[in-house]
Amino acid sequence: MLGKLSFAAIPYDVPILVGTFLGVAVAGLAVLGLVTYYGKWGYLWREWLTSVDHKRLGVMYIVLALVMLFRGFADAIMMRSQLALAYAGNPGYLPPHHYDQIFSAHGTIMIFFMAMAFMTGLFNIVVPLQIGARDVAFPFLNSLSFWMTTISAVLINVSLFIGEFSQCGWLAYPPLSESQFSPGVGVDYYIWAVQLSGVGTLLTGVNFFTTIVKMRAPGMTFMKMPIFTWTALTASVLIMVSFPVLTVALGLLGLDRYLGMHFFTNDGGGNQMLYLSLIWAWGHPEVYILILPAFGVFSEVTSTFSRKPLFGYNTMVYATCAIMVLSFLVWLHHFFTMGAGADVNAFFGIMTMIISIPTGVKIFNWLFTMYKGRVEFHATMYWTIGFIITFSIGGMTGVMMAIPAADFVLHNSLFLIAHFHNVIIGGVYFGYVAGMNFWFPKVFGFKLNEAWGKRAFWFWLVGFYFAFVPLYVLGFEGMTRRLNHYDNPAWHPWLLIAFGGALLIACGIVCQLMQIYVSIRDRALPENVDVTGDPWDARTLEWSTSSPPPFYNFAVVPHVHDLDAFAHDKEMGVDTRAAGSTYEQIHMPKNTAAGFFVGVFSLVLGFAAIWYIWWLAAIGLLGVIVTVIMRSADNDVDYYVPASEVARIENEHTRKIMAQAAE
Amino acid sequence: MAENIMAHGADHAHDEHHHELPTIFGFWLYLMTDCIVFGTLFCVFAVMRNQFAGGPTGKELFDLQGVGLETAILLLSSITYGFGMISAHKGKSGPLLGWFAITFLLGLSFLGLEIREFSHMIAEGNGPDRSAFLSAFFTLVGTHGLHVTFGLIWMAVLMVQSAGKTVFSERLLNKLTMLSLFWHFLDIVWICVFTFVYLMSVI
Amino acid sequence: MAHAHTNASGESHGSYGSYLIGFVLAVILTVASFAIVMSHSLSPSGTLLSIAALAAIQVVVHLIFFLHMNASSEQRWNVMAFAFTVMFVGILVLGSLFIMHYTAINMMSR
Repeated sequence: MLGKLSFAAIPYDVPILVGTFLGVAVAGLAVLGLVTYYGKWGYLWREWLTSVDHKRLGVMYIVLALVMLFRGFADAIMMRSQLALAYAGNPGYLPPHHYDQIFSAHGTIMIFFMAMAFMTGLFNIVVPLQIGARDVAFPFLNSLSFWMTTISAVLINVSLFIGEFSQCGWLAYPPLSESQFSPGVGVDYYIWAVQLSGVGTLLTGVNFFTTIVKMRAPGMTFMKMPIFTWTALTASVLIMVSFPVLTVALGLLGLDRYLGMHFFTNDGGGNQMLYLSLIWAWGHPEVYILILPAFGVFSEVTSTFSRKPLFGYNTMVYATCAIMVLSFLVWLHHFFTMGAGADVNAFFGIMTMIISIPTGVKIFNWLFTMYKGRVEFHATMYWTIGFIITFSIGGMTGVMMAIPAADFVLHNSLFLIAHFHNVIIGGVYFGYVAGMNFWFPKVFGFKLNEAWGKRAFWFWLVGFYFAFVPLYVLGFEGMTRRLNHYDNPAWHPWLLIAFGGALLIACGIVCQLMQIYVSIRDRALPENVDVTGDPWDARTLEWSTSSPPPFYNFAVVPHVHDLDAFAHDKEMGVDTRAAGSTYEQIHMPKNTAAGFFVGVFSLVLGFAAIWYIWWLAAIGLLGVIVTVIMRSADNDVDYYVPASEVARIENEHTRKIMAQAAE
Repeated sequence: MAENIMAHGADHAHDEHHHELPTIFGFWLYLMTDCIVFGTLFCVFAVMRNQFAGGPTGKELFDLQGVGLETAILLLSSITYGFGMISAHKGKSGPLLGWFAITFLLGLSFLGLEIREFSHMIAEGNGPDRSAFLSAFFTLVGTHGLHVTFGLIWMAVLMVQSAGKTVFSERLLNKLTMLSLFWHFLDIVWICVFTFVYLMSVI
Repeated sequence: MAHAHTNASGESHGSYGSYLIGFVLAVILTVASFAIVMSHSLSPSGTLLSIAALAAIQVVVHLIFFLHMNASSEQRWNVMAFAFTVMFVGILVLGSLFIMHYTAINMMSR
């Protein structure tokens, strides 16, 4: 009746997990209690959970990303503290069985549920506003994507308290991940969580590509499109092309496990090396999916706070597109040591080194944008400059590993770990945090606190170097990744320093939380409120509407005449908003709970399939199909906002701007 | 740019098309991602095609007459669906339902033949767990079969939605067009399946 | 907007005639493929090349007559997306075969 599920699956004998469970349960009950106490369930359901508004979905994505950041960071600090302790005679506090689950969960969560969710959140908030659109092309699919991502995050966290998680690393290499060596449910949790979130990500890619190609404001040709939108476009292409490959690779692994097939097994003609090839044919484009939007954020931030147009807009676009195409041609550099031989390694090594050229072009573009600009040292600029330095170092260690001969020494050592954290923290994370600081006032109508933002930056930057430079050294000293215990006395001091770095990063995260808290507390102070909708004197269309924007974004669809459309309009004295003109009724999509229900039924399906509860899995699958059919039969999906309502909202905003100008 | 002018021409005219316009394009993009799913499965089959692990080869297993029949059925179902679409654009739900019913039955018989082939092989001990070659074969052909199954469910739903209609709304026509693309796309996949899986294995 | 014979996205929807032309072409190409293989009239590599070529032609026939792909400006993005997809699938298939072939040789696993 319950498949593999029994009381033995609950890890009540592991104190860390019981403590975590109690913490999560208390916090969860407190949140539920507060929502009930203030009677906000109806509001939450109508305005957020069933919303198809891209701005609301963006906020929910970023909230999810921050929650997952805490989860992933908790894993990180456990690993660092284990290694600070587990030297020679001391076994530390994490047995291998537990430690292996932690590093697998850390990687999976940070990439799929922190970074991807953060990125999708920024896409949602920024892209439609930047191109002068009223929503994305498929608002319902957008809500569905969000729920697929969220329930997958729920599923992966359920593995903490029911059963176990994968112990095979964040990519679950076979044959270790085959049922012969991993008979438990851990790998199944991994497969289902990643597959279900992959559905959401794929739909996001289709959605944003369609939106950008088909829904730009009149006059916005491709070469007048803001850089962040360009990077969102290229990342969408990469998503559409690479995620199906991930789906197939994990699907085949699942078929091996569930139906006894022989794709990647040791026997029956299986070939685990094919898995490596497939998973990295997704995995390499994936890292560019994450970094390109971060590049987009830095481009917007640099030109805004240097008070100049971006230096070399065209080369930036071409470099972005070049990276997009080249990222398909380098996947083997993740497994030079597999034994494909010199010919194959040489080809992929050279392709990898070529990628550093367009990336270098970008670095110079940002530097020359700042050169002779009136640079304002806003917190987002701190993150940007920190990024340029840190990412350059990470890029250079990457080029080192692109040399196959060197990679034979460095492969799967801590040098590799240091390298990819160098580019992912120093590139992706810094970029997304800069983006959050930059667009926060657009979404909420008040600015984030500067002082706490800069403190967070310094802790993150210094903490990063303390945590990861020792890992470069340890890599050279021969320490491999995924060790939970070691005897070499030369490694011990470096691991202590790295632990110290992780503590500094923890302070950085606390500062970020403080920043959010202080900003909300002081939101009404005049210097924090964003009345005009343009707090930074910025250059692109999203700043031409109010903060927060009305739900229809633009009362009058703007007409674009030049690159940096809003800056152009401000110089020419054109009112982009066309305030006071006669408004027309606006066609908008209605909220729907269908995305939420598809998500919930998918969660049921995933959980049931992990535990071999087939009747429940059938109910979940049937629920998904029936919900989709009902949605298809529902013709009441949109409505018109009357012109009078538009006029009321717009005049209110104009009145506020006037009042502030009069003061 | 043409699509720009179209999108915003629609916008200013308060045309219903504003939200419908990119639907087909978005679905086309989804089909491209599906194309990559199949491309990857073909890639896996190509790598695995000689990994028999002592089991039977394709030459010993495949019955080309059966494959030819399946191909004929699928090809025929493509034009019967196309004829149904022509009726839809003329706003005639009667002929549309007739053509779709024929298409549905053809799709069903294709699935029946495929299931018969599969169950035959499994009964003889040559199931997907026999060898890597058979794993790749069953997964590739089975994924196509699953897509056909999904297409049939979708077709049934659209037949219910179009029944008795004299005027087809833009939304319904879009749905019929999307299924049309999907159905013809499965035909294209099948061309590659019979060529690179069946015919190539018996050369 | 002039949507007399095209729906909103500019897809044309064909006629009985165009479907029948496509069908006849597809039948000819399919029969040719099966005949080449079943008659054993060509060498194995010749057979392989000719059925691959016939399949490629048939894919194009289907795209034009059944999926109504054309060179019009409305379809430009569809065609571009398709071309990019074909390119990527090509990279993946050829790349994987390249990698797996050399790996098999070096590992003596074949």
